[in-house]
Amino acid sequence: MLDIILARMQQKHRTMKFPYGPAPQMPPRYLGRPAVMPGDCPSGCNICREVCPTGALGRQGRLGLDMGRCIFCGECAPVCPAQRLRFTQDHRLATGSRADLLVDSEVIRPASPLDAQRKRLFGRSLNLRQVSAGGCNACEADTNVLGTIGWDLGRFGIHFAASPRHADGLLVTGPVPANMRLGLLKTYEALPTPKLVIVVGACAISGGPFAGHEEVADGAGDLLPVDLYVPGCPPHPLTILDGLLRLLGRLPEPGKD
Amino acid sequence: MATPASRHPGLSNGQAVDIQSLPIMATAGFLESVAQAVAQGMRVSAFFAQPLDQGRLRLWAILAQDSQSLLFPYCTDLEDAHYPALTPRCPQMHLFEREVCEQWGVEPRGHPWLKPVRFHAPYRQGQANAGSGSGNQVGVTDYFRVEGEEVHEVAVGPVHAGIIEPGHFRFQCHGEEVLHLEISLGYQHRGVERHLAAGPDRRSLHLAETLCGDTSIGHATAYCQALEALAGDQASARAQMLRGVALELERIANHVGDLGALAGDVGFLPVLSFCGRIRGDVLNMTGLLCGNRFGRRMVRPGGVGYDLDSAVAAELQKRLDILEKDLTVALDLLWGTSSVMARFEGTGAISGQTCKALGLVGPAARACGVERDIRWDMPAGIFQFAQIPVSTWGSGDVHARARVRWLETFRSIAFLREQLANLPAGEIRTPLGPLAPNHLAVALVEGWRGEICHVVTTDAKGNFSSYKVVDPSFHNWFGLAQALRNQQISDFPLCNKSFNLSYCGHDL
Repeated sequence: MLDIILARMQQKHRTMKFPYGPAPQMPPRYLGRPAVMPGDCPSGCNICREVCPTGALGRQGRLGLDMGRCIFCGECAPVCPAQRLRFTQDHRLATGSRADLLVDSEVIRPASPLDAQRKRLFGRSLNLRQVSAGGCNACEADTNVLGTIGWDLGRFGIHFAASPRHADGLLVTGPVPANMRLGLLKTYEALPTPKLVIVVGACAISGGPFAGHEEVADGAGDLLPVDLYVPGCPPHPLTILDGLLRLLGRLPEPGKD
Repeated sequence: MATPASRHPGLSNGQAVDIQSLPIMATAGFLESVAQAVAQGMRVSAFFAQPLDQGRLRLWAILAQDSQSLLFPYCTDLEDAHYPALTPRCPQMHLFEREVCEQWGVEPRGHPWLKPVRFHAPYRQGQANAGSGSGNQVGVTDYFRVEGEEVHEVAVGPVHAGIIEPGHFRFQCHGEEVLHLEISLGYQHRGVERHLAAGPDRRSLHLAETLCGDTSIGHATAYCQALEALAGDQASARAQMLRGVALELERIANHVGDLGALAGDVGFLPVLSFCGRIRGDVLNMTGLLCGNRFGRRMVRPGGVGYDLDSAVAAELQKRLDILEKDLTVALDLLWGTSSVMARFEGTGAISGQTCKALGLVGPAARACGVERDIRWDMPAGIFQFAQIPVSTWGSGDVHARARVRWLETFRSIAFLREQLANLPAGEIRTPLGPLAPNHLAVALVEGWRGEICHVVTTDAKGNFSSYKVVDPSFHNWFGLAQALRNQQISDFPLCNKSFNLSYCGHDL
């Protein structure tokens, strides 16, 4: 027992202050929220789309980057002759709608809080069931990290439940292989209503690097009604936490924080 | 009969060979050569079918002779849609033969356990679904059943209780005792190999990075080594060193996480908490290298994506000191707690003989006292110049698998210290030339779970004509099933965590 106490003292108190203090610092090479700078693309230039592995860049009228498809490989920004693409250090990527994932400026459109009824139900206690449907274990790992003492998700009343019957929401990772489609849908059905759906990672939003493979459903977006999209490959734990807290209305709106 | 070694000069890890220089064996001779090679102590690193024109198939076996650091590629062009199975003579072939059967409809006759591996549609149209079971309905197959009084069956999954990947487990139990565990996977199948084989294209590297996302560095390194072998180029010494640094950070992060999770599975929460947090610190060290905690963007064909300056090297050294101190305290507490040791020792033991017969790899093999480590046996890249001692432990149980991780973690820390203090000068990335046509390349990397094997063949234009990925989990899942024999079913989570195998790496 004494050994445990001594070890505990050596390991120190580790839970971060965020969101009541500063957010943990991202590494200098972190690629966060993309920004499309104002200006015009050189006539006929298609180079960013040629290097993008997941078709995340489009130019219907104006240049846009779909964060839902982006795997943040960073290939596009350095090749742009007009320097219109940039990855910022901003970890706030999560949005409330698929359309808000389309970035065509420097404006941030983070997720809004839930409606009043669901906020009243889930705001102080949210139990999530996690289903990995073809996830590569990176999104899963960085979701798991939120349960470690450094992040301590439990202090916000958010927990992961072992059974869908005990859960208020479903957190999906992976591109949803044909072989996991039934497992995912059955899990969703087993959740009592009202319920939330959160999709984490490029795969769960769009299929990610597996998009277009006939073995997968290109994510959960067409199968389930999604309340929160958390892009990234994988999203940083801070990005996932940011999304969850915004959904529960526990973070101030950007610009007011 | 000539020894297999005398027929081929053999390849070293990360070398390409002109396919036309390799003899195409008659099928009977091929099968005999594989069986003999295994009988002489070689391992099957890969076994797969490559489609040729007019619906013909070529079977490849890549045999590893660890003692000579050589790889022997054997091949045969199949005449029929069946051949006599190797598995009865050579148990480590059992999943490989099932895989080829499911993909291409080639029946290994006499296979004792011919069931689907991933439950996907056959690769060729009009081909019957192979193996017993009912087509490609996932999870529906003829499970092995034990009959008798008080015998009962427990089914778990595909969706599990925690935040982990899906898979199905069937236990045949007598009371608390597990007589047999059958593991049926395939839920994570995303068609990785099929799409890699259509490359190389701009997605190939990202498929390598995400086919098993907790081993991004390991698989991306194998992909790049294969590409570099085919292009006849080499990454610079500096790039090789940086890849090695990233690979060992990946190993430390996962080993530390596993040690914490093992503590958690026996209810010893202090070490679970400590190691969970420390693992995050190691992921952040990888984040410092390349901006991503899982090492995405770090390994690139021809080198690496990011350089390391002396300030970051110094910062990493500083963090290594803290890591070593925190980890020593956490793990001394683990080993010093008798209630933990009572649960670890003797649980889920595998003998060295079983390990060799099944062809287990990585820490699971080394925990059986089997010295098997690609970094030592078939070194490529930085490991040709900086050796890390092979860490073994003899008892083959949960305790041994934990101890091997512990030994490896500290040896990797020592390796990182040395490398970070001796950064060679040079470019970090050199552009690759075109890939050699009609060549075969084999790249092996010792990932944190064990041997990662990528085998690539090119066509006449230098595009891929086949791409085989063997994740260490592919070799090791059957080891977990063996470890559960005659164990209490309540020890399953502990045994499972002591292997910590990849579902997506297996399902591809």
